Amino acid sequence: MHITDRQWLWLAAGFYLAGLVLGTVALVRGRRQSRVAIYGAIALGYLFQTWGLWLRGRATGGCPLGNLFELFQCTAWSATTLYLVVGTRFRLSVLGYFSACLAAVMTLLSLGVPAWDATRSARLFGGNPWVEVHAGLALFSYGVFGLLALTSLLYLLRDRSLKSKRLGGWCSFLPSLVELDHIGGRLLTTGVSLLGAALAVAWIYWGDEGAHVGYAKVLATTGVGLAYALMLGARKRGRLSGVRFAHLSLVLFVLALATLWLVDRSRTAEVPAEKGGVEQR
Amino acid sequence: MSGRVLFLLGATHQRTPLEVREKLALAGEAAEAMRADLRGLPGLAEFVVLNTCNRVEFYGVGAGAETVEAVERAFCTRQRFDLEEFRSFRLRLTGCEAVQHLLEVAGGLDSQMLGETEIFGQVKAAYAEAQSRGFAGPVLHRVFQKAFQAAKAVRTETAITSGQVSVASVAVELALDIYGALEPARVLLLGAGEIGEKTARAFLSRGAGRLDVASRHIERAAQLAEGLGAAALALDRAVARLGEYDIVVCCTASPVAVLHVAEVERVMEARASRPLLLVDMAMPRDVEGQVGDLPGVYLYNLDDLARIADENSRARCAEVSKARAILQARAETLWEKAQSGLAACA
Repeated sequence: MHITDRQWLWLAAGFYLAGLVLGTVALVRGRRQSRVAIYGAIALGYLFQTWGLWLRGRATGGCPLGNLFELFQCTAWSATTLYLVVGTRFRLSVLGYFSACLAAVMTLLSLGVPAWDATRSARLFGGNPWVEVHAGLALFSYGVFGLLALTSLLYLLRDRSLKSKRLGGWCSFLPSLVELDHIGGRLLTTGVSLLGAALAVAWIYWGDEGAHVGYAKVLATTGVGLAYALMLGARKRGRLSGVRFAHLSLVLFVLALATLWLVDRSRTAEVPAEKGGVEQR
Repeated sequence: MSGRVLFLLGATHQRTPLEVREKLALAGEAAEAMRADLRGLPGLAEFVVLNTCNRVEFYGVGAGAETVEAVERAFCTRQRFDLEEFRSFRLRLTGCEAVQHLLEVAGGLDSQMLGETEIFGQVKAAYAEAQSRGFAGPVLHRVFQKAFQAAKAVRTETAITSGQVSVASVAVELALDIYGALEPARVLLLGAGEIGEKTARAFLSRGAGRLDVASRHIERAAQLAEGLGAAALALDRAVARLGEYDIVVCCTASPVAVLHVAEVERVMEARASRPLLLVDMAMPRDVEGQVGDLPGVYLYNLDDLARIADENSRARCAEVSKARAILQARAETLWEKAQSGLAACA
């Protein structure tokens, strides 16, 4: 039976959605979520998504980052990769639920808009492996920022439950404020380091091929990196309260996602396009 | 002669008033003497003595009803208690009912504070004592082991033990919701009253890293601090150093507020993302109400804590029928298997 890369990615989205449904049912019933069930659903989704993206990458001869569909898929994949590591380490079953939510929304959204995968940029990396490294690192940092946004959301929910003095129900399953704050700090440092490395690689190795790089893309990615770096600096100097840090993380992630569209738009002008929806060849 | 019987005999808080329980309690050497009496009792093959502040219970395997009566007489003789009066209070169960009772005791369903888990440790200790000294045999071994499993199942499958039900424990639970662990947390107790002491002890029992006690009367603070293994300081000095603490428990007798918005706001500016938990147990209140609106400050007063404790208590009560049904099913299965053990002993 021939299964295309998109079909594998649909299957992955289905498992992410299953994780989301399992978590929601547990929350509605006021029960502790089954770590094994949610982690299992996410892990299976991750496996299928990895396979689907690998098939696409093999078919296109590089990292599948040629259109908005692929960018969303890869960002969701990065966030899930990190959850599978961080979530186990910190025993955050609620983070699993929110990760499933993020992955399901991003993958289903990208699969549900066919126009995003109608065309893709061909010869995206110009045969330069460093450009591919840059793109991979940058996308992975977006995944880290995605997880940071989720952690921040949990922080705000915990803060609200403590402030409103309503501690029962599903709020009782949330990690402590300080734990969430520490995790957020580490994720921000990791994300800024990764994006910084990605931008450094771009400046060093892509500089020679600068003719192909649009200003909008440079401005957008550098702006995102700078904003996160400023946030990290403010946090290190003790200028950000926990709640402000959480709000900023959420706002910046939304902006970061918006820049993906800008990156995609500027690229379509730079490099020739080919038919999208690449299937297993 | 009747066959072997599994029985429970005892007096618990459910049916026995405190003043009677005081007389029946096996205090000090009486427990050891009672065990010696039971060991020599004809027809009593196995026994476990569970002796806590809320109950004295004997679980045993005996030759029949006459053995249970012999245990009853031995206990009343040892405690110099009138046998007829004891019979008006005592709980006497056999077979499946005795098993069900043990499961409910171990699961915290029969406790004065519903769902408390301390009883589980007490039942385990009582069984370990009996087993190590050869008083418990194969029947009680199986019954107690299964009782421990059933108690764990009830804790996992129901919310019978979830949420704290005392004001001091709720305060500790809040601190855990904020800090995760209390070892690195610094606790300040403002005031040297009884409720503050109880709360401070609750924090220490959960591993609070450092505790300071402050009072307007430094000698009272020093006296309490000594008993708690804490440091004492004057109230004014403590308030000036507020920024050093993570948790502040207020219980002074001051007629006016001790902590004001302006000074807490100043403290929070220097704390960045480090939250501050203020537990105000004083009446009138020690902390201005608007302090709770400051970002990063979590202010709970006595009413808040009592409401949470009450909600938790009601949530536990709502789980009783579910927990009892789980235990009943397990007790019936266990009793079926225990009967073959009893038959083998006979």
